[in-house]
Amino acid sequence: MSLRLPSLSFTWLTRLSWSWRFTWVYLTLILFIPIIALFLKSASLPLGRIWELATQPVAVAAYEVTFGLSLAAAALNGVFGVIIAWVLTRYDFPGKKLFDSFIDLPFALPTAVAGLTLATVYSDKGWIGQFIAPFGVQIAFTRWGVLLAMVFISLPFVVRTVEPLLLELEVEAEEAAASLGASPSETFWRVILPPILPGVLAGVAQGFSRAVGEFGSVVIISGNLPFDDLIAPVLIFERLEQYDYAGATVIGSVLLLFSLVILFVINALQNWSSRYNG
Amino acid sequence: MPKDKAVGIQVSQVSKQFGSFQAVKDVDLTVETGSLVALLGPSGSGKSTLLRLIAGLEQPDSGRIFLTGRDATNESVRDRQIGFVFQHYALFKHLTVRKNIAFGLELRKHTKEKVRARVEELLELVQLTGLGDRYPSQLSGGQRQRVALARALAVQPQVLLLDEPFGALDAKVRKDLRSWLRKLHDEVHVTTVFVTHDQEEAMEVADQIVVMNHGKVEQIGSPAEIYDNPATPFVMSFIGPVNVLPNSSHIFQAGGLDTPHPEVFLRPHDIEIAIDPIPETVPARIDRIVHLGWEVQAEVRLEDGQVLVAHLPRDRYRDLQLEPEQQVFVRPKQARSFPLNYSI
Repeated sequence: MSLRLPSLSFTWLTRLSWSWRFTWVYLTLILFIPIIALFLKSASLPLGRIWELATQPVAVAAYEVTFGLSLAAAALNGVFGVIIAWVLTRYDFPGKKLFDSFIDLPFALPTAVAGLTLATVYSDKGWIGQFIAPFGVQIAFTRWGVLLAMVFISLPFVVRTVEPLLLELEVEAEEAAASLGASPSETFWRVILPPILPGVLAGVAQGFSRAVGEFGSVVIISGNLPFDDLIAPVLIFERLEQYDYAGATVIGSVLLLFSLVILFVINALQNWSSRYNG
Repeated sequence: MPKDKAVGIQVSQVSKQFGSFQAVKDVDLTVETGSLVALLGPSGSGKSTLLRLIAGLEQPDSGRIFLTGRDATNESVRDRQIGFVFQHYALFKHLTVRKNIAFGLELRKHTKEKVRARVEELLELVQLTGLGDRYPSQLSGGQRQRVALARALAVQPQVLLLDEPFGALDAKVRKDLRSWLRKLHDEVHVTTVFVTHDQEEAMEVADQIVVMNHGKVEQIGSPAEIYDNPATPFVMSFIGPVNVLPNSSHIFQAGGLDTPHPEVFLRPHDIEIAIDPIPETVPARIDRIVHLGWEVQAEVRLEDGQVLVAHLPRDRYRDLQLEPEQQVFVRPKQARSFPLNYSI
């Protein structure tokens, strides 16, 4: 399909400052046109066909796996990311710098390598998997493996968004809480968590979108069984392999729409949780 | 030993070390119930550490701390029933003024009505009625510190501790808040200890001043006692401007001041300047004149080269019509010297 843009007048662009012009052109080329093209491609089909492709049982199951596990991975990292960030900001220990740079490793590692490594370590015979297998839990090539890969690749986000907020916290506010009779747990829930919550949510949102889009590591550690541990991005890839471009773009569009809705919700939560910065 | 109920705070032989730094050393201190005491000293003198030890925010290496007669040495901060106010307010930024003040009350599981009533009472006490729904970021520094004070007072502490409470405020607000704190204390009567490095602040607000230096108490007394009868050279020079002269100085020869101690301390306002030679004066020359507002500072050079700083009221300065390079005669009205075993 050829994409014909209506002949628009671009004189308005010349009235903008340079920074604005660059922003518009850059975002148009990188973001807007590709996204619009995706939707147009899907929209070129009849409505009934779109609905049919979007709601076919194998796709619906894949959405559930993708979004369910992505949210779970993001939430897990929300909890453990705060704990890791806490350790990094509140304690001094030898090798702290090295430990700190290790956190970013999931960003630097090619995702296929990550998937392969996790699949090896967590397989029935792997270093860690062999201890879990006797309990009847298989990690590699199941949903647990998918979750594990998603947790791995989205690990750094919450740590990095929460760290600066923890550094900003006044230790004195915690001392004040204690002097007013708060126990350590009351101090955490009432004094420490609320100010870092916007950062936690921002990190969770980033981790979530990263997990939804993840392909390379999951395709390796997953069994890729439809209705079981097949995720939507892998399903899209399979559709493409079968030259089913329509199916691939429709599923892709659904993925995008869902992600947008969830990100809006998390953003709204984030705004609400930082309402006091007046 | 039995402790007197009327004693609000008793600190007994308390020491605290941070690494190799001895922050507080063998300090004894008694604060009467209902009094307002200032811990005064330069930075690093241990005054803030002593306050934090009393609060339980630090643990002493040795010694005991008694609050209203009970041994509180091993009690945690949350059990000590103290109110603590920090230099930088330490308000909960995500909570409104009302919620900040209610913090301690809500932890104590009071009924909603009771909390609301108490919060309104405190807002009125700290003159912030109507600002209860604001967030700390929407308040000025002075207002924030008053919220911090209300928050600390809300739980009716037995002891109120303030760590440089006005240190982060600008000069005008600081002065206002000072006299306000004094008035507030006269209303509330809670045993209060506040830390300051500003001797004027200590003089204005406190019933008793504890002067600290190098982790030790130099002197305890009323503002007048501290000023008129400083116990050590440190107190003498910390509590106000002072000239330090050798006892061999020219100026003491005419007056017949005789002291075995090698150093003599002389307040600038205790130096009399005259145009004509009168008995017991020595000649000197004006080096410089500095206008300090209600006082004028004259720097005078004695014949032995020693430069003295003298303060005189504006009227006196006008009468004398002093000019730089002018020949004058000076006389110490009052001087003080201390036994040798001290260090500044």
